[in-house]
This record gives sequence, C-alpha cells and structure tokens, in this order.
Amino acid sequence: MKSTTLRMANMNSQDTVSKGRKVGSVLVVGGGIGGIQTALDLAESGFKVYVVDNSSAIGGVMAQLDKTFPTNDCSMCILSPKLVQCGRHLNVEVLTCSEVTKISGRAGNFNVSVKQQPRYVDIAKCTGCGLCAKFCPVDAIDSFNKGLRDRTAIHISYPQAVPLAYMIDREKCVGCGLCKNVCLADAISYLEQEKEVTLNVGAIILAPGIREFDAKLKSEYGYGRYPNVVTSIEFERILSASGPFMGRVQRPSDGEIPKKIAFLQCIGSRDVTCGNGYCSSVCCMYATKEAVIAREHMSQIEPTIFYMDLRAHGKDFDKYIERARNKYGVRFARCRVSEVKEISKTQSLKIRYETEDGTQHEENFDLVVLSVGFAPSETVEKLAKNLGVELNKYGFCKTRTFYPIETSKPGVFVCGMFSSPKDIPQTVTQASAAAASVGKLLFSVRGTLIKKKKFPRELDVKGQPPRIGVFVCHCGINIGGVVDVPSVVAYAQTLPNVVYACENLYTCSSDTQEIIKNEIKEHNLNRVIVASCSPRTHEPLFQETIREAGLNSYLFEMANIRDQCSWVHMFEHEAATEKAKDLVRMAVAKAAKLNPLDRILLDVIPRGLIIGGGLSGMIAALALAEQGFETYLIEKEKALGGFLRNIHNTLEGEDPQRFLKELIRKVKDNHLIHTFQGVNIEEISGYVGNFRTTIAHASEKSELDHGIIIVATGGEEYRPKEYQYSMDPRIITQSELEDRLSTTTISTRLNSVVIIQCVGSRDNSHPYCSRVCCGEAIKNALKIKEKSPTTEVFILYRDMRTYGFAETYYEKARELGIIFIRYNENKKPEVIKKSENGRESLSVSVYEPIIGEQISIDADLVVLSAAIVPPDGNKILAKMLKVPLNEDGFFLEAHAKLRPVDFTTEGIFVCGMAHAPKSIEESISQAYAAASRAATILTKTKIEAEGIVALIDEKMCTGCGTCIILCPYGAITKNDVGVATVTAVLCKGCGLCAASCPERAIITPHFTDEQITSQTRALLGRITA
Amino acid sequence: MKPAEKEWTPKILAFLCNWCSYAGADLAGISRMQYPPNIRVVRVPCSGRVNPYFIIKALQRGWDGVLVSGCHPGDCHYISGNLVARRRFAVLKDLLEYLGIESGRLNFSWVSAAEGEKFATVVKEVVEKVKALGPAERLVKR
Repeated sequence: MKSTTLRMANMNSQDTVSKGRKVGSVLVVGGGIGGIQTALDLAESGFKVYVVDNSSAIGGVMAQLDKTFPTNDCSMCILSPKLVQCGRHLNVEVLTCSEVTKISGRAGNFNVSVKQQPRYVDIAKCTGCGLCAKFCPVDAIDSFNKGLRDRTAIHISYPQAVPLAYMIDREKCVGCGLCKNVCLADAISYLEQEKEVTLNVGAIILAPGIREFDAKLKSEYGYGRYPNVVTSIEFERILSASGPFMGRVQRPSDGEIPKKIAFLQCIGSRDVTCGNGYCSSVCCMYATKEAVIAREHMSQIEPTIFYMDLRAHGKDFDKYIERARNKYGVRFARCRVSEVKEISKTQSLKIRYETEDGTQHEENFDLVVLSVGFAPSETVEKLAKNLGVELNKYGFCKTRTFYPIETSKPGVFVCGMFSSPKDIPQTVTQASAAAASVGKLLFSVRGTLIKKKKFPRELDVKGQPPRIGVFVCHCGINIGGVVDVPSVVAYAQTLPNVVYACENLYTCSSDTQEIIKNEIKEHNLNRVIVASCSPRTHEPLFQETIREAGLNSYLFEMANIRDQCSWVHMFEHEAATEKAKDLVRMAVAKAAKLNPLDRILLDVIPRGLIIGGGLSGMIAALALAEQGFETYLIEKEKALGGFLRNIHNTLEGEDPQRFLKELIRKVKDNHLIHTFQGVNIEEISGYVGNFRTTIAHASEKSELDHGIIIVATGGEEYRPKEYQYSMDPRIITQSELEDRLSTTTISTRLNSVVIIQCVGSRDNSHPYCSRVCCGEAIKNALKIKEKSPTTEVFILYRDMRTYGFAETYYEKARELGIIFIRYNENKKPEVIKKSENGRESLSVSVYEPIIGEQISIDADLVVLSAAIVPPDGNKILAKMLKVPLNEDGFFLEAHAKLRPVDFTTEGIFVCGMAHAPKSIEESISQAYAAASRAATILTKTKIEAEGIVALIDEKMCTGCGTCIILCPYGAITKNDVGVATVTAVLCKGCGLCAASCPERAIITPHFTDEQITSQTRALLGRITA
Repeated sequence: MKPAEKEWTPKILAFLCNWCSYAGADLAGISRMQYPPNIRVVRVPCSGRVNPYFIIKALQRGWDGVLVSGCHPGDCHYISGNLVARRRFAVLKDLLEYLGIESGRLNFSWVSAAEGEKFATVVKEVVEKVKALGPAERLVKR
C-alpha cells in the first residue's frame, strides 16, 4: 500500500507521457470558489485554463451566501472581484451549462469531451441589460433563491453573475417571442442546439463542490410540510440583501418577522441513519453566523442553536462563538431535537428536545432553520465514474492523508468539498494546492498556450483640464439601504470638474466595468471616481478597468461610502448621506490633482526561500523544486522534520515516520533544494522578486538572494502548567503518550487511562481551539484499545471536534467502549493524588453532567491533550518580515477567507501550523498552496512594482540630510553635488521623507501635499451633520 | 423667534494609514460597529506621511479636531514611520497648546487592521472630547 502511494506521487512529478507530448492547458471541473481560485493561479503561472460548470454562471455555493464567518465579510463583495477576474482573464475560458462526458489519454495529455447545453442566448452578444426578463410573461421557480421567489423563464441566476448573460429556461419558455423582439443586441436564438466540444488538456482538476442534504429525508423535522421550516441555505438567501425579501428576516408563511428562531444542527450530518456518518465541518459556524446576522438585521430576534458539539475548530472561530453568545445573545443549547410539530393556528413550531440531564422540554419557535449537511451530488458520482476516479464510501473523492490533492487517477487532482467537507479558506487553499500539483506535472510546457494581455496605448492627459466621472454604487442595499444614492449622484454632478455621474447596482460587476469603459470614451473622462467600498479590496479591479479604457491606472480615486459610511452609520440615513457627499467631494478634489504615474518593472530572482524545515516547509520546497525553481530551505534546528517527528500514526492507519523519512530523502536528493540546518536568520531585506536574507550558522554568515519567501515555522506542543503535569511520571501529554505507544507495548496492567482535552486550549491564556487534539485523542485511545482491549479509556472533553471524516472514528471509539465525559469550562476536572498503603494512587475527579454528580475515576495514566502554541521565534520573524501576527501569535494572512496563504506584503506566503494549528493533511495542502502562489511570481521574468516612489526637487533641496536619516529603507543618499537622491526600487512610497523635509522639496506621488490638502479643503463648504 | 438650530456637532478630520488604521476602519464597517458620523477620512500610505502642516491647515480651515492613526509600534508597514509620526505630533501638540489650541483637538492613536472595535471606540472618544471643547475658532482664517 505504502509503496504504491509513493510511486504514484513520483509518477505525477515525472514525465509520465512517454508517447505523445505534454499539453500546457488544464481543465477545471466546477466554477465555485475552488475552481475559480485554481483557475486563476494556473492562468497566472502560465497555463491555459478551461473552467467547465454545469450552471449558467460561475460562483457556486459561495455566491448564494449572505455573509461569511468569522469576519462577517459580505460573501458577494469578496467573491465578486474573483468572479470578474476569472471572467475577464485572457487565459481562462469559462464553459457554462456544460458537463464533462468522457475523457481519454493520460496524465500530461488528456482529451476531454464536453457537452454544452443550449442557453438560447449568445453570451458574446448579451449585455445583461435585463430588458428581456422585464417582458418575459412566464413565472418560474428561482432556484438560486431556493424557490423563495419566482423568476422569469429568461433569467440570470444572480445580479453579479459571470458571464453576465441571460438564459432561457426551455422547460418554462412558452416561445412567445417577446424577448427576441425586445433584445436590442439580437442575442436570442431559439434554435440553438446542444453542442459537443473536445478539449485537449495536460491535467484535470476536479472542483465540482457538493449539494446540500435533502432535508425532506428527515421527515421528523417537517421540512417541505411546514412552510416555516427552512434550510440553512434558504435562510442564507432570506438574510441576503439581494435575496427574496431584500434582507428583511421574515417567515415564508406570512411575512411576519420571527421573534424566536431555532437552528437545528447536524441535519444529514453525524447521522448514520441517513448514511452520512461524517461531520459536515461548517454547519456550527454558519449557523452561528446566520444567528448573528439575523440579530443584526432585526434586534428583536432571539436565536437558539440546538447542537451536539460546538465545532468551532478554525482560526479565530471560538472568539466568534463567544461574541455571538455574549454580544449578540445567541443561545446555545446542547441537545438533539427529536421532533418539530406545527402549531396549526399560528404556523409556528413546537420543538421537543431532551437536555443533558435527561429532562424533556417543549418550546415554541416562530421559524426553524435546519442546518443541513453536505454530500456529493449524483452528477458528480457520474462524473467520477466517467473519469475513472475512486470514491470513498460516502461518495466523496478518495484521497490519502499524505496526498490530499491527488485522486486515484494520475493527472487528475481534486480540491474543495468534493474530497471532504470543508470551509471556504480550506477550499481556496486546496485550490491553490491543486494548481501547484499541476505545475509539478506540466512545468515543462508552461507558457506554451497562453496569450499575453495587451492594453491600449495610454492616452496622454497631461495638461488637459480634469474631466471627472463619478460612479456611485448601491452595493445592493448595503449602501443604497442607508445612503440616498441618487442624491449623492445629483450632488456629484454639481461639483467642479465633474462631467459625468451615475449610479450602479453593483459597480464591481463585470457589466459595470464595460459601462465605465464606455462612459470614459463617451464623455472623454480623464479621471474616474468610484464611490463604493474599500480601495483596499476593489481599487485594483477598477484601476485595471480604466487602464483598459486607455487611462493610466493612477487617474483613479475611490470614496469609501460603504465600509466607512453606510455600514457604520446604519441608522443615521441623513447623516450618512451627507457624509457620503463629503467623501465624494473630497475624492473629486483629489482626483482633479491626480497625475499619471509609471510603474517600474522589476526583475524577479527565480528562487524561493522557505523558513522552517518541518512537514510544510519540506513539502513547499519540493513543490517549488519539482516545478523547476531553485529553493533555499532554512531550519533553525539541526534536524529536519519539525512537529511531525512526534507523530507515529494517523487515524487512517498510515505511517507518518515512514513518510517523513522518504520526504527528507527526497528533499536531500533534489539538486534544486539547498538546505541549511541549525541556522539563524540575521536579516531579511528587499521586496517581492528581490529579497536578500542573511543567515548565520556557527560563525559563518551567508547571503541568499531570492524572489519569494514562504513562512513555515510550525507550531509546538504547550507544556502544561495545569493538572500537576511534570510532578508525576504518570501524568503525560498526548504526544508523550503517542511516543510511548509507538515504542513500548502498552502494559495490559493499565486498568484505566484518563485523557483530558483542551489543556491550554480555549482558556484565557490561549483562547483558541488547537483543532487537532480531539482527533489525536481518539487516535491514541483507539491504539490503546487495540493493544490492550481490557484497558478502560476515558476522554474528558468540552466539545468533541472530530470534524469531517474523523467523526467516523469518534463513532468507532464509542462502539469500542471508550467513555466520553463532557466537562464544563467552569468545572474543570481535577487530578488527585492520594497515598494509600505506601502507594500513591492517581484519580481524576470530574462532574458528570448526565447523572449530575461529581465522580472520581481511578487512573493509571493521565494524558493531557496539550494545546498547539506558536513558537516564540514568530515574533522576531514577523518584525523582520514586517508581516502581522494574530492575537494568539500565529501569522495573520491577508484575508481569512480568500487569501489564506498570502500576506498583505507581496511575495511572502505562509503555510502549516505557522498560520494556525492544523492536521497533516491540511498542512500539506497549505504548503502546496503557498508554492502555487509563489509560482505565480517566480514564473514571471519581470513584475510590475508600485509607481509611488519619492521624487526630490534637486533645486529646492539644501542637502540637510533629514530625509536620509529618516528613510527606513536606506533609499535616499546624497549625490555628487550634495543633494538628496532616491533609489527608486528601494523606495516604498511611505512619504516619511516628504512630511519631514523642511524645504518641502520631496513629493510622494499620488499622495502629494497638494492632493492631500485639496481633500481637506474640500470640506470648507461643509454641510451640517 | 429664531427656528430651533440643530445641535452643533464637531467636524473631525482623520488621517489613517493605509495598512493598519484604514483597514481597522474597514473592519469596523464589516463588523457593523456603529460610531458617530462626524469623521471624514483621508487615506495616507503611512502616519509618517502626515505633515504637521496638514493639521495646521485643517484647523485654519475650520475643522474642529484632527485624528491621526497609524499602526501599533512594531507593526508599521514601513518599519518606523509611525514612531517618527508620534515624535512629530508630540512637538506639534506643544506648539498648538502654546498657540491656545486645546490639546484635545489633536489626537493620535494606534489602531491595527484587526481592531475594528478599537477604531469605533477611538472615534467615539474623539468626537466626545471635541464636542466638549466646542467649535475650534482660534486658527480659522476668515
């Protein structure tokens, strides 16, 4: 078994296509967030990508979500730029309404048959204007909105859909011809036929996602019979501002605002009776999020979540739960609900449940939300069969711990929910990881099938009077629900230099990009302002849009009227509108002073540097080297291996030590990887594409030049201060137990082992969940049972967080008689030592909630599931790299949802436990993901740097040297004639020098004194708040 | 009789650094933390970009208070810009007090990208403080 898995890994990285050449293109099946991310990574690193999706638009489930946990980011807001990027990427071809029917060939060169259903609307011609839908007389069920409202036969699934082209529902269409008559673009063709397309690709990535569990199958909860029992996805649509009720939380039966809402967890998850023995991993969090958002929408709502274990095992999730509980008053009730009955008069619902102490309760609720789990759909099953890809017993794609991205078929990779239930960041991580796996397979044909983007020549606007265009966004109702957008538009039209102003429903949608480009041409605009969300997320999108219209991208300004206006003044419509006007006026004042800037092209050193030689670091090093990039691997300890050295088996029964040995051998054997063990980092300087790191080993120092950095510093086991650890050899940590289990046979004389969970996790000193301990505890408990079946094993826990397929081992552990006792964080167990007959006996005292008594368990061994903590060195490294850590001391990624391995600083990436505690499988995925993100830089010979670089007016400079002392980058020096001069590539444009120059001889472009003071002046004629 | 005038509320100008405080202000929005609508934000690359001249100019133009917010010490995206800024504003504050400008009109804070709630609190505090001081007229050019 082992040898075949290793061989397969080798096969993927080496030339498998002995006959026939490799092809530099990739098929991605599924256009959800996973498919989109993998497509973008691949396209950015030199591959042609085909995205095949069976629906009419990409976006998948994420497009249906209202908000995302744990940041409450608006799902559409963060997804939309990616949709647009994917839709407009030159090397990504999106095939909608399509299905893969057959593949032939092998890794490196596949032929794929794709069946494309007719849309009856020509995507190339349709502008998405929606006139057709206005005239369509047919009502059909809107499946995007889960049937909560109707749509027309000709429709788009959602307003930001990519491609933004309508589609005719052939089953509902009556063929009246109205749409065809009104369509000005002549896009409608009733005669379109089903098409068959053949694609030639080198690799295939499966990202088909999953479907939600059919709640009707659990008939005791009344879904489908009672109108006020809805699924969580339906509720997500109810919450959504662009949903059926425009974000008003109301009951489907009568439109009343529900006061009491019950969320029932684990519907179709952790339930062998419906065949789904696994945990769907995301429901506890999404239910909490939905409860919080519902409360936010309507403060009178009282949400209750009925759950079995609260699984908040992700980064910063527990803090979110605490906030939900304490700040939003979400009630969490631990129990499984047995039945939901409708009260016929009010159509409210009576819920029957039993609490832990065995008492029966009945409670009435106005609305019930079923937190449905996830399972692969039947079409995916068919697809897997067509492809010859093995599935596990639940119908998910079969993968192995050490190869989480590989399917059973070489050249076919998998990411996202299809391999196991997971959340968005993990899906995005795996998506990038899949791209790196493809990179390993196809690196020799990289860049062979891609087109390069050609922008039109830049218009010369120098000396022209400003002609400003202002685009004000409604953002659905995110802005428009608070700010009076039309009045802001009318106001903008009165401002100096503004020649055009308009409003958009979603300024970020791809059709609006076309509108912006057209208006630039139509009105000869030479400055553009978008008043919408934050420039931090959306500026690059709009900058590219105006660049496509021939304007320099710096002739753009944003007014943040959402994040810093409508969202923070939700109940002050008038004041928010006035503020929005002010912000637009300030933007207009600045825009009038904007100048075009040129970006500098920088060379990229095609080498990587990886900090940390544990599992993640080594996987990332190999992933880079096997794509042909030279890599430095730095480890502070003498030996490679990191935390993995403490792990001797996995839940699935694999052998990590054997894998580790093989991995170390591969790293050492790879001539592109240079390892440095037992070294310290002294200094890191430079910028994306051109970093220099000074390392010291013994007394020697060396300098390494590289283009990217991957941080893989790992995590450590917490050394417990509690439960008398280190005072008695019978009190040990989980990893010490694992070590004993692997080296000695556990004595059958051990009568009883007590394992205590959450030691140092989820407490005041470490308020996070260490994620892996529940699985580890069960793994070792099962091992004890295997070696010594008579030994009694007790696991004292707070919530068993065996998410995903690990749940099946939790089930098995219970079957084998392992006893689980829940303890409360306020009533922690106590380890008690007693002297009896000269022998010290050990026992654990714990409050048993089911019998409601304090009990004492004799223990021959007490095992502490100690937390995973970040290494101390993180703090120093973070300062050196100038990247942030989160409150818990783990590295903080650029965005919790969609940029899980990036930092805000370009060219630096993170993976493994340096980011947060995670499993072997997840670390490996993230390491590949970091390598993939790195490859998007390393594959380019040149990258564009910022155009904001300090300029010094030599005539005004007196050579005082203030700027030279202050510049944090040493970018300013004195030249021959004694005046200051800037080394452009070193300058980061912070503006410190400009603010300190006594002669005001230094300019920070794009943030000049003139531009900034014009913004503050714009407020002179202020309107009262 | 004169019609009842609206209650006076201060106008406050905020310079937020792009990397920490501006992101913190965004986070306050994402988390829907409500704060008074008296503040207008100018985005700057670094708190170190803020020239004391901008602040004096703002007070001359009738702003009632100014907030400059940057990264926490050690977090500065540009290594040390925030620290230079702090030294600079300590001096400026003294100068303004000498000119008879109450020290509460010039505020400096550290707000990180993860501190949406702190940002909202800072704004509330600054607005309260300046409200208590009343309109700033000393430097206003007429």
